[in-house]
Amino acid sequence: MKTNIYVKSRVAIVGAGMTLFRRRMLETPQELAWIAARRALDQAGLELRDIDCVVSGSAPDAFDGVHLKGEYYSEGAGAIRKPHVRVFVGGGTGVFVPIAAWWHVASGLCRRVLVVAEEKMSSAADPHPQAVFRHIWDPFTEKPLNPNLIWIFALEMHRYMHKCSVSKEDIALVAVKNKRNALDNPYAQAAANITVEDVLKSELLVYPVNRLDISPVSDGAAALVMVSEEWARRLTDTPVWVDGIGYTLDTSYWTNRELSFPVYLKNASEMAYRMAGIDRPAKEIDVAEPYDPFDYKELHHLEGLGLVPRCKAAEMTREGVTQRDGDLPICPSGGLLGVGNPIAAAGLMKVAEIFWQLRGEAGRRQVKKSVTTGLAQAWGDLMQVGTVVILRR
Amino acid sequence: MGLSIRIRGGTPLRDEEFREIIKEIDSPRARYNMAAGEAYSRFFESLRRGEILGTYCPGCGLVHIPPKIYCPYCFRYLTKWVRASDEGRVVTAVVSYLSATLERLEKPEIIGIIRLDVPGYRFTSYRFPGILHRICGASEDDVKSQRIFDARVKARWAPEDRRIGSINDIECFEVMWR
Repeated sequence: MKTNIYVKSRVAIVGAGMTLFRRRMLETPQELAWIAARRALDQAGLELRDIDCVVSGSAPDAFDGVHLKGEYYSEGAGAIRKPHVRVFVGGGTGVFVPIAAWWHVASGLCRRVLVVAEEKMSSAADPHPQAVFRHIWDPFTEKPLNPNLIWIFALEMHRYMHKCSVSKEDIALVAVKNKRNALDNPYAQAAANITVEDVLKSELLVYPVNRLDISPVSDGAAALVMVSEEWARRLTDTPVWVDGIGYTLDTSYWTNRELSFPVYLKNASEMAYRMAGIDRPAKEIDVAEPYDPFDYKELHHLEGLGLVPRCKAAEMTREGVTQRDGDLPICPSGGLLGVGNPIAAAGLMKVAEIFWQLRGEAGRRQVKKSVTTGLAQAWGDLMQVGTVVILRR
Repeated sequence: MGLSIRIRGGTPLRDEEFREIIKEIDSPRARYNMAAGEAYSRFFESLRRGEILGTYCPGCGLVHIPPKIYCPYCFRYLTKWVRASDEGRVVTAVVSYLSATLERLEKPEIIGIIRLDVPGYRFTSYRFPGILHRICGASEDDVKSQRIFDARVKARWAPEDRRIGSINDIECFEVMWR
């Protein structure tokens, strides 16, 4: 099955934990990181002294208002007197953190790694946390036009709608599904029973994007424990293997390409499928958590991942295939739209959800079908990066 | 509070509770002086003259607008400068009701990606010289009905004496309905 001969050790996840995701939390970045990390260690049955290395991730420093944010929260993430690295690829960070942890274990450098992602967006209060995104643009050709972040998603969403003949109603079905899935998630911030009509009637921000098409601003943290094969066998009867990782970038000049299909993600997922020995992803992936900060992104990413033919994701969603009891359950956690979007923590939450699903530990969120192979994915930087992990039990 | 951490995984706050616990209000101020670089310096000079310049890559055939001194795909040095038309087609467009800092705009703005024509050069549908800019001469309904897709547009230039060598020397791209 495995085709990569350069891996010294197979890598497994043996524990996961997270905090509540909420608009405003009392806890500091360190405290949030600690709660999630402590919970992951508890599930793995380990203490900090058992951990060799720590890998962490967090999005722009400007949210917390502390530059050197990685160092600031590091003690809450357990990164004391141990090799620690913080990685960052914008919105893709949450899934990039376990990818970087995979290097540590697969290379033989570390045997037991604590993996932590933290985000505290509520600190950036004035005028709105989104204002932090004013500073991600090309300072010469884009920033003088006074863009807001929603522009680029609206531009991509509208191109996708045009090219694939997808309606706003079709897209709203994703928000309805994910927010409903989140009703069964005890950590969720934006769980709700809403209708397509509610989405279409919510505040219009940048046509075609309405308020309920978007995930909320959140505080939160998530963590995993990832270990070598030897340690996985020692610690648990039900390890979940990280059998494929993929990550690629496109250029940040996103206006020079066809936006209706995410090639950055096709490349990243092909890398992960090759490593995991997957030839027919649509048949072999049982459950997936594609990145859904906006509802159309779930459809866009399902197509980029090759789980659905191009322009067919809306139809599948309409037919109920992607529901929790459907043939291909998508975002059973409730996704970013339902659980919340503390950027790096949201991506890692998706990996944790697939881990729990494959172990049968997802409680009321457990998908109906039997699942052995799952996928989590995130996306970020300036419309650039795809990050993918494939998990198997 | 301790119970909340152990059982629930953190302590959510309502708006008024959040205001009560704030201990520090910080407003960093930073001004940056950014050099425009080799390629953009020439690009902005050309805008001041009412021209749009790009650089051509003989490796992949793409004309980069805004220009680069290297092709990011072929990774070679680009030395051939070409003049693009100030006309093109709308690839996608949206109506923004929000400012850069998410305040409600009094008058909504139409924004789009414009695929520029470069006489004598052809591009694939996947990669092309495309730029982000405002679109004028179109209504909200033109966007919502998708009539605006593929519409031909032409740059509306700022008056010559008001051009400063900036992307805003182009006021907007105006739709040429036919």
